[in-house]
Amino acid sequence: MSYTAWILLTASLVGLSCGLMGVFLILRRMAMMADAISHSVLIGIVSAYLITRELSGWHMMVGGIIAGLLTAVLVQWFNSRGVQQDASIGVVFTTLFAIGVIMIATQVGNAHLDVKHALMGEITFVPWDLIQLSWFGAIPEATLILIIVLIIVVIAILAFYKEWKITSFDPMLAASIGIPVALMHYLFMSLVSITTVAAFDAVGAIMVVAMLITPAAAAYLWTDRLSIMLILSGTFGVISAIGGYYIAVFLDTSISGSMAFATGIVFMISFLCSPKHGVLAQHFRTVKM
Amino acid sequence: MNILLSHNAQWVIVSTLILGMASGMMGCLSYWKRQSLMSDALSHAALPGVVIGFALVGVKSLPVMMLGAAISAIIAALLIHWIRSSTRIKEDTAMGIILSVFFGLGIMLLTMVNRMPGGNQSGLDSFIFGQAASMVRKDVYTMLILAVLVMLVLFIGFKEWKIFLFDPDFARGLGLSGRLMNGIYLTVLVLVIITGIQVVGVILMSALLIIPAVSARYWTQSFKWMVILSGLFGGGAGLVGTIISTLGEGWPTGPFIIVTSSTLFVISLVFGAQKGLLIQAWQLRTQRKVHVSSSQSNLTQGGE
Repeated sequence: MSYTAWILLTASLVGLSCGLMGVFLILRRMAMMADAISHSVLIGIVSAYLITRELSGWHMMVGGIIAGLLTAVLVQWFNSRGVQQDASIGVVFTTLFAIGVIMIATQVGNAHLDVKHALMGEITFVPWDLIQLSWFGAIPEATLILIIVLIIVVIAILAFYKEWKITSFDPMLAASIGIPVALMHYLFMSLVSITTVAAFDAVGAIMVVAMLITPAAAAYLWTDRLSIMLILSGTFGVISAIGGYYIAVFLDTSISGSMAFATGIVFMISFLCSPKHGVLAQHFRTVKM
Repeated sequence: MNILLSHNAQWVIVSTLILGMASGMMGCLSYWKRQSLMSDALSHAALPGVVIGFALVGVKSLPVMMLGAAISAIIAALLIHWIRSSTRIKEDTAMGIILSVFFGLGIMLLTMVNRMPGGNQSGLDSFIFGQAASMVRKDVYTMLILAVLVMLVLFIGFKEWKIFLFDPDFARGLGLSGRLMNGIYLTVLVLVIITGIQVVGVILMSALLIIPAVSARYWTQSFKWMVILSGLFGGGAGLVGTIISTLGEGWPTGPFIIVTSSTLFVISLVFGAQKGLLIQAWQLRTQRKVHVSSSQSNLTQGGE
């Protein structure tokens, strides 16, 4: 496959898995948790590097999941100790992120791990880091990880579709019919962390937030059905990823920044033109009345 | 210790101290408006404004970049409000969208500007992580003015703020314009943010606002004392964090300020006089003792 094709494939995989996870994030009103996890994953990656002294995708994955779960647990715990939910999110992720930055600045030194790279990603480097699969040929490591993560995400959604649907829309009902709500919550948070770490290499921490939240929010404006929302959100994610790439090539600028911007465009179109919840439709409805 | 005495370091320490105080006090308002994460969204959203400000003038002119930052943060606040009020999308989702899309746009523009002649030397990157070490006397004055302004706004309207935050219905009954109060609140918040992002950067700015307020909450029930304590915590964190960061070569100032602030938070969480972990454990124990002794006396009475 050509260089561009690998980049487009990687970006689309990010868009697809983030789009799917994002739907549940929005319905559970945990959009800002995604923001928090995407920042605190940094400390997991840095710790994994400091312990193993190598930049391997798998070590970072484990580090990222631990950091993500730590964030979820700490936020929950402070919240139960009387800190408002959003303030508690704000305290936890900024602290973990600051510790991560300090660890990079003081310990890692001149290793090729730098904060800017982690935050903004460098998808253009992805096709250079190939690994050989005996039955397939050469494939970029980041792409392979993303494929595996996408498979895990899809399997998890299919397996827990009913449970997550009920816990997202009616947590009380879920608890009363015996769904392990807390377990589902932490399972979900681990999946968000996995997706974030996998997307990290490609688009960086902050663009992951754009990919997670914005396509799902756009899809939320078009439909009331969860299954359709999942399909739409995944599609919007892929469209934004590919569209963002070509915007970046056209303007010769940051690819991950353009992808985040492209999700914004998709959202803006939905926000204005959606037949049911769009601003224009609402405007015309009131005019007609 | 030599570094501490150097002239430039003194300016840096004074300015982070003042910034910490001002943002700590302002953070109390955000905390009770339940909008702690709004500051996070607005500080990320300031980035494209900074870059556009730079691109328009072509040189690194601080006032123009701050104006750009303020405009783009206010546009972001209005967009968040618009999305939330006209669709069924919740506020936190709206904040997440605006935060990430604006930041993405900022990075796009930043990459393009960095290619411009002279763009690379502009130090625009420092707005992402902050650069306290570049603080000079002029910046200290800016911060002094800002801090005095924040304190003035807080103290002149202290009673109004209290009513506005804790009993909005009553405030409306008194004829206090909610729109005006919200406007003042947003303006001051944006002022604090655009000043702060030069020191700690857009990503960690919200911590300066959130953490001191949350820590102060563990010591007092009174709003007045919360504002005072939060200012002290914020200022203390700014001071100590900056001093620690001067101890090592190339240690980043912003993250050290935040970690100092978080340390204060953990101390408050454990030792705080209100809802602190120790006091709660102690209360639980005495209650249990009272309970046990009373049930024992009941038992002996029943036995008689």
